[in-house]
Amino acid sequence: MNTPLTIKETQDGLKQKKFSAVELVDAYLAQIKKYNKEYNIFLTVTEDLAYAKAKELDKIGKFDEPLSGVTIAYKDIFLTKDIRTTAGSKILESYVPVYSATSVKKIENAGAIPIGKLNCDAFAHGSSGENSDFGATLNPWDKDYIPGGSSSGSGAVLSANMSLISTGTDTCGSIRLPANYNYLVSLKPTYGAVSRYGVIAMASSLDTVGPLARTIEDVETIFNVIKGEDGFDGTVVNKKGDESKKSKFKIGIPREFFIEGLDSEIEKNIQEVINVYKKENVEFVDVSLPSTKYGISVYYIIQPAEVSSNLGRFDGIRYGNDRDFLGEEAKRRIMLGSYVLSAGFYDSYYDKAMRVRSKIISEVDQVFMKDEVDALIAPVAPTPPFKLGEKINDPLSMYLTDVYAATANLCGIPSLALPSGFTKNNLPLGFQLMGPRFSEHQLFELGKLYHKEIDYKPKTAF
Amino acid sequence: MTKLTKKEVLHVAKLSNLTLTDAEIKKFTPQLSKIVGFVGQLSEVDTNSVEPTNQTTGLTNVFREDKVISENILTQGQALSGTDNTYNGLFKVPAVLENRT
Repeated sequence: MNTPLTIKETQDGLKQKKFSAVELVDAYLAQIKKYNKEYNIFLTVTEDLAYAKAKELDKIGKFDEPLSGVTIAYKDIFLTKDIRTTAGSKILESYVPVYSATSVKKIENAGAIPIGKLNCDAFAHGSSGENSDFGATLNPWDKDYIPGGSSSGSGAVLSANMSLISTGTDTCGSIRLPANYNYLVSLKPTYGAVSRYGVIAMASSLDTVGPLARTIEDVETIFNVIKGEDGFDGTVVNKKGDESKKSKFKIGIPREFFIEGLDSEIEKNIQEVINVYKKENVEFVDVSLPSTKYGISVYYIIQPAEVSSNLGRFDGIRYGNDRDFLGEEAKRRIMLGSYVLSAGFYDSYYDKAMRVRSKIISEVDQVFMKDEVDALIAPVAPTPPFKLGEKINDPLSMYLTDVYAATANLCGIPSLALPSGFTKNNLPLGFQLMGPRFSEHQLFELGKLYHKEIDYKPKTAF
Repeated sequence: MTKLTKKEVLHVAKLSNLTLTDAEIKKFTPQLSKIVGFVGQLSEVDTNSVEPTNQTTGLTNVFREDKVISENILTQGQALSGTDNTYNGLFKVPAVLENRT
């Protein structure tokens, strides 16, 4: 069967008995069997669990929960009770959690069918997926290319049509990059909108949990399921942003984001996006965020510092293997973190980075307040997907892939990444819209406006 | 350009509870130097009048009631299930004290 590409099509089909939930699982598993070995997308396939849930749903036959009958695959950094969770690292190769993440529980309580756990850069350290201790994931659009990381499997699983939706984590682009490189929609929510309880921590002042899917409507549905306080992540607040219907939107174009180093096809594509919006009466203003050029340096101090602390728990005593099983990138980041926090360097690196972070935040907040823009438009990455192996021996060049992602994480603001076309080599293109904290609703509205105007249709690679 | 010495790399590895092979020391030393050198560009930014940020949504001191949530309690068996290295229902840990001679 041709599996439906959206939640609505899936649920309509189930309700009208065009297909059963079991038949959907059959189709996804057939696709997994056909392509997974080559593309290395799943680390664990939960076939029995998927069939059990599908049979239960078919028996009840109602499909009236928000995610009823929706097949979900999780980045393997989300704890799943009784199902192996590796974080893409050999140190956790045989770790089986005794509880599930809040987001996993919420998704399954909303009727979803869990089909498996997805490959990722080990401990979410990477922009390409190549830092997984279980081998790189290939991009289904072209297998010579990386699918983006660190949620590499979360992007590839949807463009390979092996699941309907997926989850990821975004500390500096790890949801948005794979979405962008696989022709998908994704949301990096406001910091503190979604609980991270049960998600293996990377950098706690930056980590966010969010959805990947093929339409803005689907991403919105999943976000509404997973958001909100659970009492187990003290940073989460039930805050409602502005949900008023706006008659006119205003978008800022940060001039520092459209400079040398940005791929010309991406620049041209975003200009076309702007033209589409202008036809829809959206106003554009040039804005300046001079300190964002330091974003990547701030990020590569704060993040390793927090990594060195969070990964201290992996000592092989209570769970997992000993520290010799940590991969190269994890070791590099832990050492970098220990260095910037160590006596004599704390003030000039860590404290300095936290102060420059304040400068970036204040500039971004000013633009939302003073210039009254609803969103900022930006590229997701400086280039389209790059080739496997191209940056793996030069960690600094890999880090610079995150240059456009950093602002949203450092400021704790939401960012919606959405597809906007293909390169001449048929590789996906996209852009991101960042808004003030808790402005997800307006970002969804703005995204829908664009997709409606271009008559966007979801696409998979095969 | 910042240059980390082998001694510094070994010191940082010790702080990080990591044991490095010679090949790793050789590989990491120039890589870490390059990254530290790059992020060192922050020294050019004037930050005298700004406070450091470590929380972006303005929360301070979040509390909850200290009560038992039964569904979140692990049994002893569950708590120990991540390792084979147990003794009498307890985790076995490396010795921190040495025998007196």
